[in-house]
Amino acid sequence: MAMSERLLPLAHQPERATSETGLTKAVLIAIAALFLCAILFLPLVMVFLEGFRKGTEVFLESFAEPDTQAAIRLTLLVAAIAVPFNAIVGLAAAWAIAKFEFRGKNLLLTMIDLPFSISPVISGLVYVLLFGAHGWLGPWLDRHDIEIIFAVPGIVLATVLVTFPFVARELIPLMQAQGTAEEEAALTLGASGWHTFFRVTLPNVKWALLYGVLLCNARAMGEFGAVSVVSGHIRGLTNTMPLHIEILYNEYNFVAAFAVASLLAGLALLTLVAKSLLEWRFAGELAASHRRH
Amino acid sequence: MSVPVSVRNLEKNFGRYPALKDVSLDVAAGELVALLGPSGSGKTTLLRAVAGLEQTDAGQVLFGDVDAGSLSLRERRIGFVFQHYALFRHMRVFDNIAFGLRARPRRTRPSEEEIRVRVTELLSLVQLEGLEQRYPAQLSGGQRQRVALARALAIEPRVLLLDEPFGALDARVRKDLRKWLKQLHRRTGHTTLFVTHDQDEAFELADRIAILNHGVIEQVGSADDILQRPATPFVASFIEGIGRKPGGVPLATAAE
Repeated sequence: MAMSERLLPLAHQPERATSETGLTKAVLIAIAALFLCAILFLPLVMVFLEGFRKGTEVFLESFAEPDTQAAIRLTLLVAAIAVPFNAIVGLAAAWAIAKFEFRGKNLLLTMIDLPFSISPVISGLVYVLLFGAHGWLGPWLDRHDIEIIFAVPGIVLATVLVTFPFVARELIPLMQAQGTAEEEAALTLGASGWHTFFRVTLPNVKWALLYGVLLCNARAMGEFGAVSVVSGHIRGLTNTMPLHIEILYNEYNFVAAFAVASLLAGLALLTLVAKSLLEWRFAGELAASHRRH
Repeated sequence: MSVPVSVRNLEKNFGRYPALKDVSLDVAAGELVALLGPSGSGKTTLLRAVAGLEQTDAGQVLFGDVDAGSLSLRERRIGFVFQHYALFRHMRVFDNIAFGLRARPRRTRPSEEEIRVRVTELLSLVQLEGLEQRYPAQLSGGQRQRVALARALAIEPRVLLLDEPFGALDARVRKDLRKWLKQLHRRTGHTTLFVTHDQDEAFELADRIAILNHGVIEQVGSADDILQRPATPFVASFIEGIGRKPGGVPLATAAE
């Protein structure tokens, strides 16, 4: 029955090429939902369940531990430095690539993608090679009493490197699509470079910028590999939340490990909620700024 | 208010490809001149060079007696209407038109009240009253075009430059806007240069027409001049068909 209808496109109900039967639709949705449930949702729920397994009190006690508090503070500090830095530099890089023609542009584009394509462990090792005790600059840094590896600056550097592409990657395609016409219009109308940037360029990319910053932030707080290499795992000093979770886990302190893990996951979820709220709140403006002529 | 514009021996190369070759053109104050030519003929490059949006390799652009090369974009005070309008998509119509006034340095910036009065005047000039709270995406092509024009006129430009002003519009709207632009020009009297690849448009609107091909101005003259005495074989072939238009000169006469 269904087959014969398909063979007669001029029958009473002309089907669009993209229309599917109800069954196909239901199956596809079910597959996607099942997959997300099994791969994403269940493990996430498990993290929280494990954290609360011995009750809320034990869960909260895990955070009373000074080393855990130090790890949380360090993670927030690193994100607070790395995210603004990458937002500004990423914006500058995206602007340069999208709005100007210059030699080596493709090279720059490839370099921006590099942190995505190389393993974070290698990103960390690079800094050890550069700044470590036996590295190129190690002896010089040592003479001047500057600590980078196995200290906070190293962790910040590694995080910046690994999370650099998020903002730039989010902005480049949008800025390229928008072109330079609006900036040129602003300049012919007598606006200064700064005025043009703050009134025209920035408002046009603010949503992409925000997405980039949120993604960058989530990754900065969660980065494990690169930070693990440069941190030295000194408890209370150079352990970030992900590193601290690993240590607790390896010590069979499962409740504490999952308690910290659920806080980390909670921060990530908060980021997503913030993004959704902003999307909902500014839906109209968002549609207006994304519609093309 | 309006100034004459002189282009003297302008040269522009994109890499090894010459876009303008020794181009000279004089436009009188208040005159409406069309830059007509096929795509790639250099007409938009010439317009952008006059605007100061394109660096040139040699030659001069004069606004009156002043070398425009010595002026910043702000000091040039040109009204530029872009081919796809380049309206600020995140601003309402009102803020788009007010942009140039608000961008002025504090000393010369009008008060918000003065800006409101000026924008209201411009809205009625371009017949868009009541649409000031819309976003560009909520306007039709013809309306966007008129917002772009109002925005350019807001800064009281000395020269008005239009890049394919009707290029992105459908035929009907195009005809209406053409008539309307001609009237507007009569009323405001801006020195105006506009780029088009449409022969009918150029011949109907312009006081004089400059025909470009491969970066060279082949001929400058009034519609009658060009139709009756095409200077080069290219011009003769390029204007073929215009003579059949009512009120124009029959092609046979033009070819003699």
